[in-house]
Amino acid sequence: MRAAFFGGIYNNYLALGAALQDARRRGAEAIYCLGDIGGFGPCPDRSIEILRSENIPVVQGNYDDSVGNGRPDCGCGYTDPRDNHYARISYAHTVEGTSAAHLPWLAGLPPRREVSWVAKRFIMVHGSPRQVNEFLWETTSPDDFLERLVLDARADVLLCTHTGIPWQRELPSGRRVVNVGALGRPANDGRTEVWYAFYDSERVQPFEFVPVAYDYRRLAREMQREKLPEEFVETILTGWWTTCLEILPAKERMRGRY
Amino acid sequence: MSEVVRAIEHEPTQESSAVTGPRVNFRWLDTLWAQVTGTLCNIACRHCFITCGPKAHDIPLMTVEQVEDALEQGRALGMRQVYYTGGEPFLHPEIRRLATSALALAPLTIVTNGLLLDDETVKWIAETFHQSRYSFDLRVSLDGMSHEQNDPVRGRGTFANIIAAIQRLSTAGLSPVVTVVEHEEGLAAVDARTRFLVFLRELGVRQPRVKFLPLLRIGREERRTHGYKNTRPLGTEELLPDVESTLLCATGRIATAQGIYTCPILIKYPSARLGGSLAEGAHDIRLEWDACQTCVLEGLRCNT
Repeated sequence: MRAAFFGGIYNNYLALGAALQDARRRGAEAIYCLGDIGGFGPCPDRSIEILRSENIPVVQGNYDDSVGNGRPDCGCGYTDPRDNHYARISYAHTVEGTSAAHLPWLAGLPPRREVSWVAKRFIMVHGSPRQVNEFLWETTSPDDFLERLVLDARADVLLCTHTGIPWQRELPSGRRVVNVGALGRPANDGRTEVWYAFYDSERVQPFEFVPVAYDYRRLAREMQREKLPEEFVETILTGWWTTCLEILPAKERMRGRY
Repeated sequence: MSEVVRAIEHEPTQESSAVTGPRVNFRWLDTLWAQVTGTLCNIACRHCFITCGPKAHDIPLMTVEQVEDALEQGRALGMRQVYYTGGEPFLHPEIRRLATSALALAPLTIVTNGLLLDDETVKWIAETFHQSRYSFDLRVSLDGMSHEQNDPVRGRGTFANIIAAIQRLSTAGLSPVVTVVEHEEGLAAVDARTRFLVFLRELGVRQPRVKFLPLLRIGREERRTHGYKNTRPLGTEELLPDVESTLLCATGRIATAQGIYTCPILIKYPSARLGGSLAEGAHDIRLEWDACQTCVLEGLRCNT
């Protein structure tokens, strides 16, 4: 079995298109999106249109829930005023640019999906099985906590996103947690590529994180044209986060430039 | 006699004396706090909400066994993170062992006034930071951008010593979260956060992080701002879900040498003692204490 898992599109329809192409070239038999189609980038309708026209199964992220149900904010779960300042700008732009025709579809997305392959149960969520906007970072998700999550969710493999930085861990029980990363913006690693997770049941290490190169300069131009903050554009052009920094744990923060 | 003094003089009780205040559903244990040094501190800040100081022994140090027992209980409940607080945690003679024990299980944040962070301690912190699998973070308290702003609250000479500690950490490649209590208008102003970040950058901190905290008008602070006398207590109306679910007491508990309490703010209130074990304390509560107004109405969240 081969499958691709995308997270956090954040309106980056160019990366989404490139990732779909890449996953199919690698022989993906199934492709899933783990939510947060909107936010951050330009042209909010385009990513939705791609996902809908290609019949990609999507898990509802906090953004999809908020936009689809007309909630007052994105529900990202930030606690710092600076993070929330940029979250408000991002959310307003996505709400304004999302066609009314897509709202019922966004509102009706399921909060989790599950499939069984090779006698394993794969549970897909946006943040965590217990909370749509829970951040599962690598350095703040201890083994015992994750064991409890996967046990409660009855998952052999738990797939999530929301943080924007990919990581995976095989737990002492043999169960696995995979944060698939995000297609919407780079992983604060100084690279302009974005990441998704590819599964191949034939491999000893079944999950691989795949870097996706796309026309990031074009995306940056479109963001500038739509007057999105220069801080967002800088992230696309450099690979370093300039916003949503305060939610980063100490180790993840230190790996970045800002 | 103030409620705080009564709390010191009486043994904590498991029974809650009041039933008013909005209910907070205990969702799960995310954060285990440990009052590792009780109320023992090397300074006596004027705004300290649990009246810590060099002679404040009313809540004793936790033994290594007590802390490790709490960690084990937290692990069994699937905790996500641990915070060590006091008092001043670096006064604990076994603080390094306690940090190692926590980091074997979960991410750890130590809440400190920074005054004991000498070169050797900072070297150990940096080594531990890089070696640990889970996040190891520090929260350093600094209540102003000058000694005129900080020292009247934290004590004479503390500004210079805290700045020196932050610079030592920075030189070692670390960036603590600097916590600032809004003890005067200048720090509560809308641009205070931005000015503080600039201030820290000018000190050489590459990735400055700050967290502003509203005043808790209990403990020693009660003498300065007269507590909650002129405020309206929380009623029994339900809180908005977004407020209730993010309160510390919805996903956190604190272990002390005297048992498990609702949160770090209320460890001097016998009625906030929930039992002798985390499992006993893992239940819904009502916000019956005045200080809960600060969390509900001013948005205080003790976690970073």
